[in-house]
Amino acid sequence: MNVPAANATAPLIEVEKLEAWYGRRRILQGVDFSVNPGEIRVIMGGSGSGKSTLLRHLLGLQKPRSGTVRLLGVDIGNASELEMLAVRRQIGVSFQGGALLTSMSVGENVCLPLREHTKLDENTIRIMSRLKLEVVNLGGFQDLMPSQLSGGMIKRAALARAIVMDPKLLFFDEPSAGLDPVVSAELDELILRLRDALRMTIVVVTHELESAFKIADTITVLDQGQIMMTGKIDDVRNTDNERIQDLLNRRPREIHVDADAYLKRLTEEQAA
Amino acid sequence: MNALTRPLASIGRATVSAVEGVGYAGMLLFESLYFAALGWRTGQPMRPRALLEQMRQIGVDALPIVTMMSLTIGVMLGIQFIAALSDFGAQSQVVVAVAKSVTREFGALITAIIVAGRSGSALAARIGSMNVSQEIDALASMGIEPVRYLAAPALIAMLVMLPVLTMFADTVAIVGAALYSASSLNVTPTAYIMETLSLLSSGDLWQGIAKAFVFATLITLIGVTTGFAVTGGAEGVGRATTRSVVLSICYIIVADMIFSFFLNR
Repeated sequence: MNVPAANATAPLIEVEKLEAWYGRRRILQGVDFSVNPGEIRVIMGGSGSGKSTLLRHLLGLQKPRSGTVRLLGVDIGNASELEMLAVRRQIGVSFQGGALLTSMSVGENVCLPLREHTKLDENTIRIMSRLKLEVVNLGGFQDLMPSQLSGGMIKRAALARAIVMDPKLLFFDEPSAGLDPVVSAELDELILRLRDALRMTIVVVTHELESAFKIADTITVLDQGQIMMTGKIDDVRNTDNERIQDLLNRRPREIHVDADAYLKRLTEEQAA
Repeated sequence: MNALTRPLASIGRATVSAVEGVGYAGMLLFESLYFAALGWRTGQPMRPRALLEQMRQIGVDALPIVTMMSLTIGVMLGIQFIAALSDFGAQSQVVVAVAKSVTREFGALITAIIVAGRSGSALAARIGSMNVSQEIDALASMGIEPVRYLAAPALIAMLVMLPVLTMFADTVAIVGAALYSASSLNVTPTAYIMETLSLLSSGDLWQGIAKAFVFATLITLIGVTTGFAVTGGAEGVGRATTRSVVLSICYIIVADMIFSFFLNR
């Protein structure tokens, strides 16, 4: 089953008026953006901005309450099982904690997509998985279990699994989370190499400013469920928008305290 | 007015969530069976290797404990029945009493409780911790349906292994009772067993095995649903594991009673 052949410049991701709710709370509001082939898009935003929810919608882990999400030309809110499977074979995801299956070794984790989606023989699968482990500098570590790896190695193993099927589209959820600056920089280099050498389109969700400015072609800034702006690095750096400048300059938010309300919260018998 | 509506509202919410739970479990049962039978059509075949692995964990690994427990139950039943029947001078009836009670009731019940404690909790813990560490999300985004990968092999393995374990437990329990009762009745254990076989009807055995199928479904569905519903990290996984065992045992005993009622009218 093939994904409809699109022309080479059609956007790989198209999001239109996406709305997401969690019970009665609106998490995402009127989100519109698109990602072009060969682009590295960084989605930036503070905590609680809706980044994780947006990523879940992009991956098809949640259906949009309203609006559309189109991946590789397929509307994933209305896709059939087979269409969804065809899309998923062409994307790779690296989750925040790696999300390696802890019951299997690193090598078996990387082989998993090949075993499930292809009819290749064992030998070829083994070579392909070792190849990808070499790309991420984990050559020779295939027999270790995930619990025996350091944080940086887990991320790299997760990346190897994400690229083992040579996907067109790669997603990274907080690649630098929990890593020291050196390892984080190495991961940034790897992301750039993947785009240049393998022509992958990459979406990175992060709040690490340095990584973002190093690798992004375009930055989308998310705040409180809405897109603040989408633009090149310099445009974002020089924007007039105060919220974005707060984010970029690590300015803490001003919290205004109403004296009466404060006293009430401290002294009243039962919380409201 | 609030004091009146609040308890009503919470009863309402509890009812809605209970119905939702039953619906969710029903959907999981349907999906697991669908994937096991027809998954290969939509690119989600159930892997034989996963099935065999589950069968080994649920069935083969449980043999030692099921043997010990069944033997113990058999001896216990022998002791109790002989003690009770000796008041009427009817110790010889212990053979039929043990045979019927083991095959119709105790074999299936005790085996199911043991398997719920071993495998029901293991399922809940495994799926629950995979949920917490986003492994379930990772499977889904790789195009591997979590129900097909985790729940379907467990269900089929349980449906095969629990009846087999039950039959095995029946046999061992009767042997246990034979070893104890033979001396009280002044017969050889072999003679005891031969008489048991002549007194047992296929209906007795089928009652126990039918129950085993129902128990198998209950244990798997409860383990899987509590696992998928885990939130809140390690403590959530612990809670789900406990819930899975306690709920399984409760549902098993209630289902057992309902079955016994209808099959013995």
